[in-house]
Amino acid sequence: MAWQMNSDRPIYSQLYDKILVRIVCGVYKAGNRLPSVRDLAAEASVNPNTMQRAFAELEHSGLIVTQRNSGRVVTEDMTKIETARHQLALTQVQSFIANMRELGYNDQEIMELIKSIVQ
Amino acid sequence: MNDNNSMAYAQSDTAQNESAQSSPVQNNSIYAQSSPVQDSPSYTNMPLLQLNDLCKRYPGMGSYMSVFHMNLIIPRGRIIGLLGPNGCGKTTLIKMINGLLTPTSGSVLINGMAPCPATKKVISYLPERTYLDNGMKVSQMVSYFADFYEDFSTEKAYGMLGALGISSDARLKTLSKGTKEKVQLILVMSRQADLFILDEPIAGVDPAARDYILRTIITNYNPGSTILLSTHLISDIENILDDVIFMKNGSLMLYTSVDSIRSQMGKSVDTYFREVYAC
Repeated sequence: MAWQMNSDRPIYSQLYDKILVRIVCGVYKAGNRLPSVRDLAAEASVNPNTMQRAFAELEHSGLIVTQRNSGRVVTEDMTKIETARHQLALTQVQSFIANMRELGYNDQEIMELIKSIVQ
Repeated sequence: MNDNNSMAYAQSDTAQNESAQSSPVQNNSIYAQSSPVQDSPSYTNMPLLQLNDLCKRYPGMGSYMSVFHMNLIIPRGRIIGLLGPNGCGKTTLIKMINGLLTPTSGSVLINGMAPCPATKKVISYLPERTYLDNGMKVSQMVSYFADFYEDFSTEKAYGMLGALGISSDARLKTLSKGTKEKVQLILVMSRQADLFILDEPIAGVDPAARDYILRTIITNYNPGSTILLSTHLISDIENILDDVIFMKNGSLMLYTSVDSIRSQMGKSVDTYFREVYAC
C-alpha cells in the first residue's frame, strides 16, 4: 500500500517524518539495519531518488548511520532518538492546543477536558 | 560556427519537407565518429537526450508550430513527467525523439546521435496507441519482442504477466482494452533500455493495476536509465517523479523538480498544473 502524502509539502520531508516515526516507535530498532532505499521506495510508491534524499536528511540529523558493510542502520545513540521523540510529542501537543483554542476553549477548559478523558 | 551550420540545414529542411529525412542521417554521420554505438562506455558522458531548438510544423497547419523552439537536456537516472494540456505537442515531441516524425528544424540527439536504428536500440517506446497484432497470442508477442530486442528479458515479461494474471495463451483480440494496454506496457518495460518513453502509459488501466505498474517502474528503475512519461493523471504518478516538464502551445514552459514545485509553491504538481492551465 502506498504511503499517504500531503500535497503541500515536499515528498522527501514527508518521507523523513514517516521514517522518523518508525524509528521513534521502535519499528526500526536502535542499531538495526534499515530496509534498502529501493525496497522502501517500492513500499511507499515513491521515486527511489526521493527516498534517498529522505535517508540523506536522516543521516544528516544523526538518526541513521551508514556503515561500510552493513548498509544503513539506526543510530545506537538513545539520547538522539529520545530527543527526536520528545520533539514529535511537542509538535503534537502544540498543534492540539492551537486547534482547541481555535474552537474557543481556554487553557483551563483544555486541561479539564484532557484530565476527564485520560481518566 | 556550429549554430550557422544547423541554421543552414534547418532552412533547407523547411524548403523541402519530403526529403527532410536527410537531416538526421547527415547529423548521425557527424556524431557517429565521436560516439560509437552501444557497449562503449565513451558515450556515457553525452547527455542521454538533447533537444536543440527543435521545431515541428505539420503541413496544412499554416504557420502554427506544434513544437516551437524546444531546448532541453535530459540526464540519466531520472523519472520525468511530460505534462501539458491536450494538443500542446507532447506526442509530437515524443514521435520526433523516436524518429517517427522529422523535425522541421532543430535536432534531437540521443547519446549524441540523431534518431536512427542505433538509437532505437537504446529507447524503449510505448506509443499512445497499440500496434500489436491482434491475432497473435501473448506468448508469441513475448517471443517476437525477445527476437527483436537484444535487451529484452523474457523472464521479466512473464513475471509481470503472471503478477497481473494475464494468460500467455490468450490472443490479443480476446483481451479488453485495458488488458491490451497492460500487455504492451509489460513488453516495453521488460527491456533494459537507456531511455523509456511512455506515452500515456496508465490512462486505460484500473487503479489497482496502476499501482502495480508504478511499483514495477520503481523497482525496475536503474540509475543509468531515464523514464520520460506523458500523462494527465498527475496525482497518481506525482510521487514517483523526479522532475516535471510543462509544455504549453508547443513550447517548454517549465522544467524543474517535483520537490522544488512543492517547496516553492507550497502545492502539489497536480494543483499547480490545474492553476497554470486553468481554462
